[in-house]
Amino acid sequence: MTGPPWKQESQRSYFAKALIDLGRRNPNVVVVGADTTESIKTLDFGKAFPDRLIQLGIAEPNMISVAAGLAAAGKIPFAATYSVFGSAHTYNVIRQNVAYTNLNVKIFCSHAGLTVGPDGATHQINEDIALMRGIPRMTVLVPADGPETAKCVDAAAAMKGPVYCRFSRTNVPTVTSSEDGFAIGKARVVRDGFDLTLIGCGIMVARCLEAAQLLEREKISARVINLSTVKPLDLATIDRAARETGGIVTAEEHTVVHGIGAAVASAIASNHPVPIAMVGVQDVFGESGEAEELLRKYGLTAEKIVEAAHDVVKRRDR
Amino acid sequence: MVEVSEELIAGLKKKAVTLRKHIIRMTHNAQSGHPGGSMSACDIVTALYFHVLRVDPTNPTWPDRDRFVLSKGHACPVWYAALAERGFFPVEELMTFRKLNSRLQGHPELGTTPGVENAAGAEGQGLSFSVGLALAARMDHKAWRTYCVLGDGEQDVGQTWEAAMAASKYGLDSLTAFIDRNGIQQEGRTEDIMPLEPLAEKWEAFNWHVLTIDGHDFRQIFAAIEEAHRTRGRPTAVIARTVKGKGVSFMENKIKYHGAATSDDELKLALAELEAMEAAI
Repeated sequence: MTGPPWKQESQRSYFAKALIDLGRRNPNVVVVGADTTESIKTLDFGKAFPDRLIQLGIAEPNMISVAAGLAAAGKIPFAATYSVFGSAHTYNVIRQNVAYTNLNVKIFCSHAGLTVGPDGATHQINEDIALMRGIPRMTVLVPADGPETAKCVDAAAAMKGPVYCRFSRTNVPTVTSSEDGFAIGKARVVRDGFDLTLIGCGIMVARCLEAAQLLEREKISARVINLSTVKPLDLATIDRAARETGGIVTAEEHTVVHGIGAAVASAIASNHPVPIAMVGVQDVFGESGEAEELLRKYGLTAEKIVEAAHDVVKRRDR
Repeated sequence: MVEVSEELIAGLKKKAVTLRKHIIRMTHNAQSGHPGGSMSACDIVTALYFHVLRVDPTNPTWPDRDRFVLSKGHACPVWYAALAERGFFPVEELMTFRKLNSRLQGHPELGTTPGVENAAGAEGQGLSFSVGLALAARMDHKAWRTYCVLGDGEQDVGQTWEAAMAASKYGLDSLTAFIDRNGIQQEGRTEDIMPLEPLAEKWEAFNWHVLTIDGHDFRQIFAAIEEAHRTRGRPTAVIARTVKGKGVSFMENKIKYHGAATSDDELKLALAELEAMEAAI
């Protein structure tokens, strides 16, 4: 884990490169697309392996079921498009054809959350984690940055069963390094601390690290956890954070309804309840704007995490 | 390819009656399920499972098997009956259909029932799934074929046509779709709920090779399959004209029996009719 200033890098570029590397190693890896292959860079895979990129047009339900059929015949299909189409638009197809069947389909989606930017609310899905973590048998991944997106590709291919992975359109701070360990189901403590814990996923991990630095100036020691696997949740690491630090702030580029905040709250409520505050989209739709403007307007900043941390500490010490 | 002797036809007719009796008993025992669409598809399923499909009941996941996909998942009684009669699991197990802890779910579940190849229930996903299978076979240079049975109600579903476009784009000639054209969906006649005609022309417009047959005539079913095998560069759609509830007079062409089981009295009547039919073969 590195500190700021961080390089700003494209998760899509890491995704595309990892997919090609994987494709070289494993001839069973195929990609299905839905008229977004250039944008999310799976076209690069198609250039490397022309027969292994299936272009299905603007027909995402078909794309998901075709992927399921490919998986049923032994392929490892990556179904890749924008998150709004690869989750909400295809929800019941994923549920019936991918999860209920427990097939080896990997749904990798870019353009998650507010940072889609000017395209506006129709494309800014802030509900996909909620949808996907509700489906039995689904593994849900939210990589913090480019290197971790690449690791998600390899880890998803190495496990049997359905995976949903979401990442951002915008360049994001590279907070992890290629050498950092990664395992599905393991949350990583990326900064140690004792007064409270900040748990973030995706682009909010960088903001949690920034918030921890701000808190340090006030002599508040914040642990930071990178929750790159939302499901299955790493209960041990979360439980330890609750017991050892006594307060939790979650941060996600996603609605606070049924997102990682809700997942963490539910986990600690069953084990060791401590005060919790959730930074995220507050049950509203987004709008057009630049990514950074939107993050500020909707309260997804290091400053908001610091405010939430104050609130948690105050409630705990009351 | 397909030898069609009188003896073969007689044997298949008997087998189809056996499957229909299972369908009636299973849905009666469960007091739920979908007998009408199971019986309309029965002769197609019989033809496939008892004379066409290369499958191995002792090794249901044999990689080189032909694939049968039931897109109209509510018609699974006919699938379960065929699989049981073909030896994939004991015939006695059919009576667990729709019961707690059964391997025979109300709609097909992949991985639970030996021989079941897809999950279906939400309509309109099976043809897409079949496209994925056929693409995989082609990538691996395999000779196995994919047969998908769709309901005519499923022609309402947009995804069916997404799949139709994809299958013709990729020229999937190892894929054959049977459309069980019984003319009835849950709430009424297809032409009242959402008119489908001209249906053959729709599939032709999607660049499929299209055949229209009597879906209760084994010779026509085999001829269609043969023609599908001979057709290169295009998938084949077989519009099989069928009768909902086929085989039991009071159930035939009745909207009610899309999703209603027989009463005790109706069960006796239905079985008596089917037994008389069997004796006459």
